[in-house]
Amino acid sequence: MKYVIEIHNVSFAYTREPVLRDVSLVVPPGEFLGIIGPNGGGKSTLVKLILGLLRPHGGSIAVMGTEPHEASSRIGYVPQYPTFSRRDFPISVMDTVLLGRLGQDSHWSITYSGADRDIAREVMAAVEILDIAGRPIGSLSGGQLQRVLIARALACRPEILILDEPTANIDIRAEENIFAILKHRNDRMTVIVVSHDIAFISGYVNRVACLNQTLVCHATSEISGKTIEDLYGAPVKMIHHAH
Amino acid sequence: MHMYEFMAEIFRNSFMQYALLACVLASIGCGVIGTYVVVKRIGFLAGGIAHSVLAGMGIAIFLQASPVTGAVIAALMSGVLIGWINLHLRQHEDILIAAFWSMGMAIGILFISRIPGYNIDLMSYLFGNILLVSKRDLYLMLMLDAVIVTLVFLFYRQFLATAFDEEFSRLRGLNVEFFYILLLCTVALTVVLLIQVVGLILVLALLILPAATAAQFAASILRMMLLAVVFSVVITVSGLLISYTPDLPSGSTIIVLAGGVYIVTLIAQNLIRKFREI
Repeated sequence: MKYVIEIHNVSFAYTREPVLRDVSLVVPPGEFLGIIGPNGGGKSTLVKLILGLLRPHGGSIAVMGTEPHEASSRIGYVPQYPTFSRRDFPISVMDTVLLGRLGQDSHWSITYSGADRDIAREVMAAVEILDIAGRPIGSLSGGQLQRVLIARALACRPEILILDEPTANIDIRAEENIFAILKHRNDRMTVIVVSHDIAFISGYVNRVACLNQTLVCHATSEISGKTIEDLYGAPVKMIHHAH
Repeated sequence: MHMYEFMAEIFRNSFMQYALLACVLASIGCGVIGTYVVVKRIGFLAGGIAHSVLAGMGIAIFLQASPVTGAVIAALMSGVLIGWINLHLRQHEDILIAAFWSMGMAIGILFISRIPGYNIDLMSYLFGNILLVSKRDLYLMLMLDAVIVTLVFLFYRQFLATAFDEEFSRLRGLNVEFFYILLLCTVALTVVLLIQVVGLILVLALLILPAATAAQFAASILRMMLLAVVFSVVITVSGLLISYTPDLPSGSTIIVLAGGVYIVTLIAQNLIRKFREI
């Protein structure tokens, strides 16, 4: 397979106002792609189109050479943190991660197999949350919960991992750890990270796609002030995090 | 009257034995399905289903059929319809619930009004009369419990996944719509189960309060269910016993007790949390 994701001239609108216009993007296997852009620029919409949760109004999308909704079980998805507001739900970390194993085996078995539990433990160890496996998710910090959601996505054994704003609401140190984990996993799967945080993401990814309704750039090298200006429509001060 | 004599008298009466059994049977469905209703926040949807049941009962009585059969059919129909309309026609849920709630009651009252001497029965459907539970009703309740518990046992993981995160479940290839409507059907059966005890107006409280009380202590769905069943048994049985001597309406006594237990645990939990912070 030459590309795991092929997006050709895709347009989408929730109402009359277009959210995406004429977006084309191909993603080769094994890439670590960053999608950046301002709020309301259509980043989350593009993710939902790739996942098959929405259908494009124009153009075409192929994931693993097939329709997005048919490939969705081969994608691990980490939803945007603020939309994930079920912290009062009575569920443990282990049970949350195990949900990633659903749909992998027969739908008709009543419990998870030993192999499912082994995979859950392995991915929890990878994101360093094995010690809190028994804790209810309501008692976790923002960074811990984000790792649980990443572990749940990894438990799917995905070929593509998509994260929507994985570092919103967590501190810089936790943020760096999460990117280090993703970088480490990148040799096994294609990783796509959506972020509004331009400066931080560029240190980890192979390539950046800048999205503001339409694709403004595909930088493989350093992003210049000019592209940022094109993207946000005004000069933006680049803020460098002190690492 | 001494406690011992009181209990002896209670257990001598066959209608009290039936009533106590009915409390236990209703509590099983109540705790298990009430848990989903609370975590999925579909309390008012369950209320809509409960009130629409009166249409089924009214029509059944009018046709001289068994009111419980009418209740089961109406509950399942409104469960499936509310679920389907909600998923496909994109109506606002509150409007949909209000429509089923009031139309169900209106249709029920229209049919019941055509039957001479209707008002006595109407009160016991609306507010329940647990002392009138028959052996046949108990068998029906046992059957409803068996169906509810079997469904939850078979689809525990799927119900958990769809209640917790619908979008993720859909991406895992689960038929989220199917499990949503199946859940509403089990809610419908539970509503019929609970109507035997507290009547259809008070069903909502009994469905939610024991589970909401349990939610304050439980860290998993399974534990919340078991705890909610225990709370529900304690509350319904105590309510029944309290109401017996002063001849209070049992359904209302049970509901006031359920509300009281919920409020007391809520306050106690908050006090404990504050105390720990000091």
